Amino acid sequence: MSTNGKPKFAMYWAASCGGCEIAVLNTGEKILDVDANFEVVFWPVAMDAKYKDVEAMPDGSILLTLFNGGIRNQENEEIAHLLRRKSQILVAFGSCACEGCIPGLANLSSTEQIFKAVYDSVTSENAQNYRPQFHTTMPEGDIHIPKFYPVLRTLDQVVDVDYYLPGCPPESHQIAAVIDLVIQVLNGQASLPLKGAVIGAGQSTVCDDCPRQRNVKTIKAFRRIHEVEELDPELCLLEQGIPCNGPATRNGCGALCPKAGAQCIGCYGPANGVVDYGARLISAFASVIDSNDPEEIEQILDQIPDPAGQFYRFNLAGSLLRAGKPAWKQ
Amino acid sequence: MQKISIDPITRLEGHGKIDIFLDADGNVANTYFQIPELRGFERFCVGRPVEEMPLLTNRICGVCPEAHHMAAAKAADAVYKVDPPPTAKKLRELLYSGFYFTDHTTHFYALAGPDFVMGPDAPIAQRNILGIIHKVGLEIGGKVIQARKYGHRIVEIIGGRKIHPCTSIPGGLTKGITEEERHEIEEMGRWGIEFAQFSLQLFNDIVLGNKEYVDLILGDIYTHRTYSMGLVDDQNRVNFYDGKVSVVDPEGKRLGKYAPSEYTDWIAERVEPWTYLKFPYLKKVGWKGFVDGVDSGVYFATPLSRLNAADSMATPLAQEQYEKFYETLGGKPVHQRLATHWARLIEVLYAAERIVELATDPEITSPDFRRVPTEIPTEGVAIVEAPRGTLTHHYKTDQRGILTEVNLIVGTTNNYAPISMSIKKAAQSLIKNGAVITEPMLNMVEMAFRAYDPCFGCAAHSLPGQMPLKVTIRDVNGEPVEVLKQHCE
Repeated sequence: MSTNGKPKFAMYWAASCGGCEIAVLNTGEKILDVDANFEVVFWPVAMDAKYKDVEAMPDGSILLTLFNGGIRNQENEEIAHLLRRKSQILVAFGSCACEGCIPGLANLSSTEQIFKAVYDSVTSENAQNYRPQFHTTMPEGDIHIPKFYPVLRTLDQVVDVDYYLPGCPPESHQIAAVIDLVIQVLNGQASLPLKGAVIGAGQSTVCDDCPRQRNVKTIKAFRRIHEVEELDPELCLLEQGIPCNGPATRNGCGALCPKAGAQCIGCYGPANGVVDYGARLISAFASVIDSNDPEEIEQILDQIPDPAGQFYRFNLAGSLLRAGKPAWKQ
Repeated sequence: MQKISIDPITRLEGHGKIDIFLDADGNVANTYFQIPELRGFERFCVGRPVEEMPLLTNRICGVCPEAHHMAAAKAADAVYKVDPPPTAKKLRELLYSGFYFTDHTTHFYALAGPDFVMGPDAPIAQRNILGIIHKVGLEIGGKVIQARKYGHRIVEIIGGRKIHPCTSIPGGLTKGITEEERHEIEEMGRWGIEFAQFSLQLFNDIVLGNKEYVDLILGDIYTHRTYSMGLVDDQNRVNFYDGKVSVVDPEGKRLGKYAPSEYTDWIAERVEPWTYLKFPYLKKVGWKGFVDGVDSGVYFATPLSRLNAADSMATPLAQEQYEKFYETLGGKPVHQRLATHWARLIEVLYAAERIVELATDPEITSPDFRRVPTEIPTEGVAIVEAPRGTLTHHYKTDQRGILTEVNLIVGTTNNYAPISMSIKKAAQSLIKNGAVITEPMLNMVEMAFRAYDPCFGCAAHSLPGQMPLKVTIRDVNGEPVEVLKQHCE
């Protein structure tokens, strides 16, 4: 490892899809700015992995670490602790690290339910009823894989986090803006936001960025997008009965999905000040329902086919609920 | 027994690990390639509405979300027994062709190309995309970046987003494209055809013009005689988006073709307790272990296998290249895994030609891009060719279209057994009687791996450079006797 006096930068992926890495790559020339201003010491997808080199560094010697992916297994957790120790600023990068993302929906199931779905599937040939073993003795010797945890956790449920950069994945222009800010801080031209701040995103909701018209129209029914004969391309999707997550979701993406005729699914996480995303969304949905009769309101809300997924699609692991009963019971 | 751990396989960090065991004479007794990760989509998609699957399963892989988006949309069509209008199918295939163009190009120039253009013996510092730029000219760097941008732009125009597209729903898409957008895509496609031809010419001049490289491609170390798999249209031509799955045996004889709904008759997945990933194999042939041959159900699913499993290409320029490919390499099927890189470039050309064909189709800007399902949802299977292998999504739902069962056989997973075999063969060829070959060995193992463009953690292939390896050789007491490193300063 060379030492060139520049501040050190790291990026790591835990349980993730790789989309965060691609989003960083898609910032194009900003990568060169990172290279010019930082010494990249650890970034497995882009360069040599050096667990041991990271371990050998003095604590706090990495200025900035962007950590994406949830904490799904033992290895993810060990690296989270290691990078927390070595980093001055640790950023939960992307939906998985911030709030669990889609893989967090695994917290509605027990480990055995997950293993059963995977290893006893219709195509699985598993007469011995195998489940993954942390430690296996083969004829030639012992081999290991990391332990699978009962629930997926967000980064801040495992270590202390300094900032949150949401999105699935974070939009490249938002990442670029954050890189610019950090470089300005390094040059003394700006100061860091308060610890715990959400960076690289807006301060309101997706609705504020959405060009669709809102007429404060109310609805008598929720409808599923593929069942609707014709959708008005100019009108608010929620007012057309499509369960759109815009009203509870933080802006920052530029309302990409509603612009493309699809409902917001909530990938930027809870809007500013929202403690419970699901509760906020339920109240937003309730407010467009054209009824004062509690029974009818309930009936209309029942038309949402998957409440757990609708209200906690991206943030179950990071929400007040965190997990369902089968996962907790183990 | 001695154990050599290749740990971590960086760029698969946290996503792949190789253990090599040596016998008393110092020869390779066995190798284990382990996948240490599981997220469990098959379970947690249960309970979700089927129309969300194109959005949920995107998140399996941020490198190839388009493949999951398409497989999921087609499986949801099948669940509802709805046939999307021609414009919808063409738009989806157009998006998918743009994705293929970008994905394959990135792999060739950033990962595979350096071994050939620079040579496997070139200094490590030169064996990357910067080395290619220095050798071939600065212009090439700009072209590769352009190719990446264009592919992503096509995905964004039709899919609404550059990463994790959002527009496919059961019965079609949420939006169509305008004439302006169509024109933009056509122009990008025409540029793409030129770029693909340029890339094939580069391969021809630098690789095929060099006897040493040709010998390396044709050598035994990278050869495995297994079954080949690939999606074909009704004329047995390579197709990425739709068709039947063709399977040919190691001699090139077609074992058969199956429709997506028949996949459980054809494919089984072997479960082992020492890894999180399963080993798919041909059920009709049976699992005989990690071995080659007509009696072993091991198959591979890559650009090379797709060419082997088809009779021809559907576009004229790609067909010319297809014929040249088999003439040069001694007829069908080709089993030399390093030839995959050439096959991949032929697919880049096909993808670019297909972009232009679809973008100039009179129906492509039609507003008839969706059909509302009317049947009661039940069960559906769909298959697309992901760049890294045949991708199968199988869903069962209740009467409301809520998922009750999900089975997924993902691109790279198909190749788990052959990749394991390639690693073992490379290790056996290079580690003999305790004698250890140092740096060339590591790059040779790496090359065996790279031909498959593996994507176990889902993003293994995207950034320039090499795959660093660290090999620790331990004596019988587990004490390290030697540590070899490559690309790990």
